[in-house]
Amino acid sequence: MSVFDPSSAAAEATAAILADTLHGTARGVVVDSPPGAGKSTLVVRAALELAAAGRPLMVVAQTNAQVDDLVLRLAEKQPELEVGRLHSSDSDPYDRALDGLERVRKSAKAADLAGLPVVVSTAAKWAHVKNVEPWAHAIVDEAYQMRSDALLAVAGLFERALFVGDPGQLDPFSVVGAEQWAGLSYDPSASAVSTLLAHNPELPQHRLPVSWRLPASAAPLVSDAFYPYTPFRSGTGPGDRRLSFGAPSDGSAQDRVLDEAAESGWGLLELPARHTPRTDPEAVRAVALVVRRLLDRGGAAVSERAEEPVPLTAGRIAVGTAHRDQAAAVRAALAELGVSGVTVDTANRLQGREYDVTVVLHPLSGRPDATAFHLETGRLCVLASRHRHACVVVCRAGVTDLLDEHPSTEPVQLGVTVKFPDGWEANHAVLSHLAEHRVRWTP
Amino acid sequence: MSLIAHLARMEAVEAGRAQPLATVRHRHLSARPLVLVPLTTAGEAGAPLGALVGTDPAEPRLLVVPQPRDREQRFAFLAELAEVVLPYVEGYADDVEPVERKDPATGEKVLVDLCADAPQLIVPSRAGIAYVRLLGRSMRFRRTAEQDPDTPYPAPPRVPLLGRWLTHYGERARVPGSSLLLAATDLLNRHWATGQSSLEDQHLGALLAWIDAPDGPGAASGAEAAHRAELGRDERGQLLCPPAGPATDPAFDNQLLAPAIEAYDRARLGVGAAEDGAAAELALGALHRAEGEVRRLVASQLKPTWDASWRALALLRELPEGARVADRWTRDRWSFTAHRDRITAGEPPQPRRDDAVTAAAKLAAREQAQGQLDAQEALDDPLVLAGRRLAGEAFTGEVTEVVMAWTESKRPAPRPLVTVRTGDRPHLGGGVKAYRSLDGRPQAAEFVALEEDGSVVLRLLDKMGRAKEPAPGTVPEKGDRIAWTLFEHDQRSGPKLPDPEETPWTHGGPPRHPEGELPDAVTPEDLL
Amino acid sequence: MSTSLDDGRSRPAQTTDPVPTPASRRRTRERLAELRGPAVPPRPLDARALAALAANPGCRRRALLDGAGVDKAALAAKLGSPAPFGQSQFAIVRGNSFEARVKADGGRELLRLLGVEEPGAVAVPDLSAAGPEGRTARTALALREATAAGGWTLLDHPLLTLEVAGSPVHLEPDAVVVDPAGRWTVVEIKSFPMLDGSADAAKVGAAARQAAVYVLALERVAAVTAGAEVAHTVLLVCPKDFSNLPTASAVDVRRQRAVTRRQLARLTRIDEIADALPEGLSFDVGGCSAAELSAAVEAVPHAYAPECLAACEMGFHCRSRAREAEAVQTLGRSVRGELGGLTTVGAVLAAARGEAGDPEDPAVAALRRARALRQEALGEAAACR
Repeated sequence: MSVFDPSSAAAEATAAILADTLHGTARGVVVDSPPGAGKSTLVVRAALELAAAGRPLMVVAQTNAQVDDLVLRLAEKQPELEVGRLHSSDSDPYDRALDGLERVRKSAKAADLAGLPVVVSTAAKWAHVKNVEPWAHAIVDEAYQMRSDALLAVAGLFERALFVGDPGQLDPFSVVGAEQWAGLSYDPSASAVSTLLAHNPELPQHRLPVSWRLPASAAPLVSDAFYPYTPFRSGTGPGDRRLSFGAPSDGSAQDRVLDEAAESGWGLLELPARHTPRTDPEAVRAVALVVRRLLDRGGAAVSERAEEPVPLTAGRIAVGTAHRDQAAAVRAALAELGVSGVTVDTANRLQGREYDVTVVLHPLSGRPDATAFHLETGRLCVLASRHRHACVVVCRAGVTDLLDEHPSTEPVQLGVTVKFPDGWEANHAVLSHLAEHRVRWTP
Repeated sequence: MSLIAHLARMEAVEAGRAQPLATVRHRHLSARPLVLVPLTTAGEAGAPLGALVGTDPAEPRLLVVPQPRDREQRFAFLAELAEVVLPYVEGYADDVEPVERKDPATGEKVLVDLCADAPQLIVPSRAGIAYVRLLGRSMRFRRTAEQDPDTPYPAPPRVPLLGRWLTHYGERARVPGSSLLLAATDLLNRHWATGQSSLEDQHLGALLAWIDAPDGPGAASGAEAAHRAELGRDERGQLLCPPAGPATDPAFDNQLLAPAIEAYDRARLGVGAAEDGAAAELALGALHRAEGEVRRLVASQLKPTWDASWRALALLRELPEGARVADRWTRDRWSFTAHRDRITAGEPPQPRRDDAVTAAAKLAAREQAQGQLDAQEALDDPLVLAGRRLAGEAFTGEVTEVVMAWTESKRPAPRPLVTVRTGDRPHLGGGVKAYRSLDGRPQAAEFVALEEDGSVVLRLLDKMGRAKEPAPGTVPEKGDRIAWTLFEHDQRSGPKLPDPEETPWTHGGPPRHPEGELPDAVTPEDLL
Repeated sequence: MSTSLDDGRSRPAQTTDPVPTPASRRRTRERLAELRGPAVPPRPLDARALAALAANPGCRRRALLDGAGVDKAALAAKLGSPAPFGQSQFAIVRGNSFEARVKADGGRELLRLLGVEEPGAVAVPDLSAAGPEGRTARTALALREATAAGGWTLLDHPLLTLEVAGSPVHLEPDAVVVDPAGRWTVVEIKSFPMLDGSADAAKVGAAARQAAVYVLALERVAAVTAGAEVAHTVLLVCPKDFSNLPTASAVDVRRQRAVTRRQLARLTRIDEIADALPEGLSFDVGGCSAAELSAAVEAVPHAYAPECLAACEMGFHCRSRAREAEAVQTLGRSVRGELGGLTTVGAVLAAARGEAGDPEDPAVAALRRARALRQEALGEAAACR
């Protein structure tokens, strides 16, 4: 049996993607990228190679932050490359850090950026660009989070495109009913990729096989629970990543769960079963205390990135929640404990981000009932796949029963491809794994 | 549903009657709506059984299909329905007013006709809206003998046209806030909270029982009256309050309707079998009586719902109309006018399924309409605003300080700082904007700081004129009580989509255009 | 989400169910018979009833009554809250004539719907036999022969068996098609229309859950049949548009199958529910008074939600009890979401008015703010009039 070599597996996949993109005949290439598999690196590399080949390139991202991030990465990788940043005419439309880049030109008008080798903008802004010569090539980033109708509005701007995204994260949604189009190949509320592939099933599809972010402790669980038919591996082996603390445990539940997470990559801090409102004060406080201790104990992270252990600072920690009011409550609790600089956000906003340690308030914790929102696979997947070292989940007991008692009477639309895994299965898979790393909360 | 609405439901449980969810009426009600109460035959897709229809609560037109499996009778029903509905619809087509509009092609301003009012269709329940769509779909591809002399089962002349109008109304009903086609249950549920669940609220009789519960000592509570409306049966096992349709109660079908239809069938056979004039006269008399019995039965199921639908409208008329309802109704008038124009221009009926561009355009328009509806309802109604305040999406407060400030550009523009004292807890943060309504138009401000005492400091950004000093009345004064929203009052319209002929390769390319849509296949024994 | 799906093997089982032994099965069966009334034959469950278990899996009352084979409709009627379910004879007549039409022409019409234009000979074996056991055995034999034969076979109303809570349940799908490769496909014939390629999603969902039960039952037979495989998509056949011409759509039922399998596994815990009941309790509708039955029903906790009204014969009975108890979920499942530990209307209103509840509890605090804002707005509106 041959030993799995992550670097060569990833390199092989990347080479095949670039070959199809630069030299293939298909109008589109689709790349599925699990969490932390080097999607951004791929996008930057493909952009540079397309630019080097003299193909005028437009890049479509979904948010302004993603656009700015991409421009910064391109400039960092190849400072002499001319890059256009097409932005909106709102106030403060782009990251001021772009002003310091000499070769980056910014404008609200596409005509001002004509002729530049690479122009980057959001799908929303691209949709307003009219009457221009189409670009030879496009890269569509986060294509699974883009809605089909958004792609419809921009697809006339390019001849060919590379579509990159993570199929396991949150699906796009619509605030109004779109059932009347369910089952149509071009359902405007579906993801851009599903429409694209429904109409062009012959397009080459690739997959990045290695997560460089997720540690060896997390990749198998995330792969198994959320990508059951498209497995991936961790780029690092057991022991390549280590988390240690300067101060020993004081025996409290939060310290014990941190030790468990440092040791195994996962920790479940379980509060007694109880129905609570979303902003469960006890759970919120438990989350805050875990973060406080994480900082107080002088965490240090050892990884393949550096020879020496790197201090675990607030900037490398994130707290993930399902709802905005929960995030607000956690922020308030952290402020009360004198903690600042830790990212606290909802799953939606944590998409695409990476931290050393994450603390997650479980979406179903304390709930009297599960809803489609709370069971959405992508939500849990995002929350469980942001970390490089360890993830601590704070949850009330009883979620397993809640799942078991959840009614399953979903309507079925003819012609709609069934998605796997469903939220129930994924939640059970994650919970049963977490149960092995459980520490009971003792206030 | 928000916590504040749940609370209203619980108050309704306690009070035994429905509680307000709105202080104004959020939907337009026509001075002369057309109410349509349809019934359908169980197990058949779109085989109507009967309907009550009309604009006068005292004089409904009763349409009955004595044998729903008979194609001729169904066509007769649809032709009769067209006879009632189309004159009503067309009565609004010619009264127009000229309105200035930007020509999308040239960008120049042109005068176009806008119908001064539009016909409004009211059905009892959501299932009724779905049935209007189904009827529309079943009729619009039919061919009349004039359109196609060879068609084996030609439809009566005006039936395809009725199909197109019902299709348009059914589709428009999906646009949030539109009022061309409304369900009485939706109207009531928007404005009152009952002490039961939203599932039970779909029963028009039970819903009205909560809202229209009699006052006074000894009167039944809403819960009891609703229970009676849902389940109460007479000694023959028939519901006291028949379902609002279009489905009938199985007990009615099995015990009363089926025997009556059988008797009707027998009477028809009798007419065919009559061998002489006297026998034929007798048989015709029997047929007439049998048909009368079916009509009586169908009417008995329709009439309570007809009355309930009008009662619902009467209750809603007691509420004053929200200030921005007329704005949304104007959009409905545009929708009506545009469809009128399509028909006049001889365009083909709406296709069976939308093409990619049309679907995307509709979705965008509905999302925009939803945002607009949410904003307008909150601005029109303090009770709706209360829900948004609870959610941290709006706040009201008293202005405690106004400090003038200006931009630092060469021509300084006013940017006054306004301090607002509020007990609300809006989700404010860096870059968040707040809006207030200034003479019906939104004035924007940006969040500056949160004071120790919870007061909010905002910087006004616009609507203050071009001069250095703000125009009079454009800056709040100390002591003013103002409602601020964190959501925008107007919705930006989305990007222009490509023409359907330019549908990109990602979405399958341009739709194939056969010569319009073909009519549905029919077989001799088909039921519709 | 995934684009390349394999056979949809279920995820590793997360709950460890005790494996029932023959003795424990017999004990459960006896205990359930005692509850039903020893003289009362169990009301046979069908696929629809099994599929409906997923509608409210948290309800112990329903699980026990179904598991024991109690006639819930008769029970509800005796308790004074008859279930308002019924079927119009118009719908039944129409459904039967449509099914006959679909199966006409020796199964060729059905195969055409499966996309097979030239099937050659189609075998339609006679499945009649004495008694359900006989018919089940006959079906299994026909399936085996059809799989070995390597041609097309249509099984019209085969009979399958699935063990539920210790007792066999007989299931009768509309049809099963066996293809030349030995793949078995469940055919579900419904009389609601497919209009322009789409159909009522709630009805399709119900059909899919029902078909998933058949798939599970077929898998038991396939496991002991060489060369057999059960398709995870079923063929849903409906009238096309407004005609009585059949049209069909393949429906992937893997999710529904997984759900039903979980619910059936949970039903084995029925003895736990039964064991928790006081001795001498009986649901014998003929033998007990309404008062006795009412007390017996009360001894088993329900999990009423408004969805029950359309899914369970006991729905209206449980609703009246839940309303008497002022349970907040009578107003909808989602209502509980923001109320935390408050479960009754009285407790919620008292908390909102400031008469009870811990102000530090975010649910209580939110209710007080909600009430204050509501009162303020209503007062403001009244002042404007």
